[in-house]
Amino acid sequence: MAVIALRGVKRHYVVGDITVRAIRGLDLDVESGEFVAVMGPSGSGKSTLMNTLGCLDKPTEGSYVLGGLETATASSDEFADIRNDRIGFVFQGFNLLSRTSALENVELPLFYDRSGSKLDQKARAKAALEEVGLGDRLDHTPNQLSGGQQQRVAIARAMVKDPAFILADEPTGNLDTEMSLEIMSLFQELNERGKTIVMVTHEPEIAAYTRRVITMRDGEIVSDEPVSERRRAADDLAAWRERHAGFAASGGLS
Amino acid sequence: MTASKLVRAATRSIFRNKMRSFLTSLGIIIGVCSVIVMVAVGSGSQDSIRKRIESMGTNLLMVMPPRGPREANRLSMGDVDKLRSESSYLSAISGVVRLSGVKAVGGSGDWSTSVYGVEPDYFDIKGWELGSGEALTSVDLQRRAKVAVLGSTVATELFGDEDPLGQTVRIATTPFTVIGVLVSKGSGNNGIDQDDIALVPLDTAVNRLMRNGNVQSIEMSVVREDLMDEAEAEVTAILTEAHRLSPGDDLDFDVMNQADIIATASATAETLTSLLAAIAGVSLIVGGIGIMNIMLVSVTERTREIGIRMSVGARKRDILLQFLAESVILSLLGGLIGILLALGISWALSAFMGMPTIVSVDVIAASVGFAAAVGIFFGFYPARKAANLYPIDALRYE
Ligand SMILES: Nc1ncnc2c1ncn2[C@@H]1O[C@H](COP(=O)(O)OP(=O)(O)O)[C@@H](O)[C@H]1O
Ligand SMILES: [Mg+2]
Repeated sequence: MAVIALRGVKRHYVVGDITVRAIRGLDLDVESGEFVAVMGPSGSGKSTLMNTLGCLDKPTEGSYVLGGLETATASSDEFADIRNDRIGFVFQGFNLLSRTSALENVELPLFYDRSGSKLDQKARAKAALEEVGLGDRLDHTPNQLSGGQQQRVAIARAMVKDPAFILADEPTGNLDTEMSLEIMSLFQELNERGKTIVMVTHEPEIAAYTRRVITMRDGEIVSDEPVSERRRAADDLAAWRERHAGFAASGGLS
Repeated sequence: MTASKLVRAATRSIFRNKMRSFLTSLGIIIGVCSVIVMVAVGSGSQDSIRKRIESMGTNLLMVMPPRGPREANRLSMGDVDKLRSESSYLSAISGVVRLSGVKAVGGSGDWSTSVYGVEPDYFDIKGWELGSGEALTSVDLQRRAKVAVLGSTVATELFGDEDPLGQTVRIATTPFTVIGVLVSKGSGNNGIDQDDIALVPLDTAVNRLMRNGNVQSIEMSVVREDLMDEAEAEVTAILTEAHRLSPGDDLDFDVMNQADIIATASATAETLTSLLAAIAGVSLIVGGIGIMNIMLVSVTERTREIGIRMSVGARKRDILLQFLAESVILSLLGGLIGILLALGISWALSAFMGMPTIVSVDVIAASVGFAAAVGIFFGFYPARKAANLYPIDALRYE
């Protein structure tokens, strides 16, 4: 059974006299362990879809069943708990708390944990940061980190409660090639460990690291295809570094 | 979310923005501080009034005209003489007239002061001592001598370092010879200088300086404290007879003992204290509005933070409590700083300015309670506003 099941989902925004139909009747199934890229032109409703999947927003109409749970009737508290327990959300703009250390940022979901488990918050947050390769940056605040590092902190935050789903809205949108490859290899690793990932991207090269590509236009899904030649981001990253090593050594980019 | 987590998060957020937090609680700091200081000064002066009156001796009796228009005063020099000769309980008695804002010219300058017409006993009744020269005598009174005893302030203002004894002072154009200078009693509380005074013989004052022959008050010492009630009754009886009042008539004079005088004096000080406290209380409320203002700004400024917290699972209640906790902690911290500041100021006022202050624990407790209430009351609206934000709207906020 699909862990994400959308049926006839619509999301309309009313702005003054105008009704913007951001999503117009969407059906979508995502199975456990999938890695889905959502593509499409700007304004086609990708972010609206992600917000719906992430329980940050409620559809105007239709049904969204997440892990067997119908969300249409959920209260705002239940929504908050779903976001806390089951979903890790990664944003294009990182959305880290400023003037707050990486460690504290990653601890944030644990802060709102309601399961009552007596887990050691610090240790878990630290482990999550180590996993994304930032074990030596625990006390750095976002403005002391590069974009790629900030996004890795955001991924650590998304992972810290070990949710089943990772949702990412253009996670590499603000990053250069090397950083993008780092993030994608991280995602591939997480996917291989069983996480279901849905990710928005503009770039076909990035979509090539996923397993399935959905294309949207005007609030509808216009194509839905598996990735035929799936690439490994870790390999591409190594190759990219090798190619640029000489350049970096000669005093160029580092 | 546990209370300790909540307090920790709120404290973190307060210290992350030290300057803003300080400015936010400044209103509370000033409010709490001024309430405590005002009440401390008020009750300090109340206490010192009481002490001063008590130090005059607990066997003091005073006759005053009844409250009301000046014309109602029927106390005369004759009443004083009658009391002196007929009462068996009095050890000292003096009629008193008082004129304030009188211009005294002498030596190298002029000075506006209060002139008292008194009898020799007055020095005993008040326990005032002479630093130099002599006190007024009954001979001075009989002769209506133009002699004066000066308080030390007047002596210094007019004669500086010179010896005032034997010099001439013109009081309201009448020349008086200075025969004595009082020992300085120091500057009193309420800013009233107790040494800014000139004493002249009662008869001289009544004849030269006053328009009518009345005395304004009669002050007496009773021989023993346990005879106060008897003395009071006797004085009342003598004056009733002297004023030809029938039983049942309203008395045209007031006899007051120590306790009455203290009550009257401290009632005034008490009113003043409450007034000051009320004004300071208003500043606390203004401080609270300041907190609300900054919290509202802070909700707008931190819309994104709220969105982020919601996106990782914060419920409405969590956000509400976080902002509420922040404003309460800010208020309490402000209150705490205000208390420390008030203790310092109260101490400095009495140590360096000679102003008596009494810091009361009740007032401290009340102002802390008030500060917390202000935090909750004025923090609630902004906190609710934050909690009611919709997650994606908060996240999209630039
Ligand atoms: N909060 C909103 N209020 C009004 N219109 C919105 C809102 N969010 C998105 N839209 C509109 O919905 C459409 C889809 O937006 P979005 O999902 O952000 O597209 P994408 O992420 O694919 O660029 C756009 O036309 C956008 O202007
Ligand atoms: Mg978008």
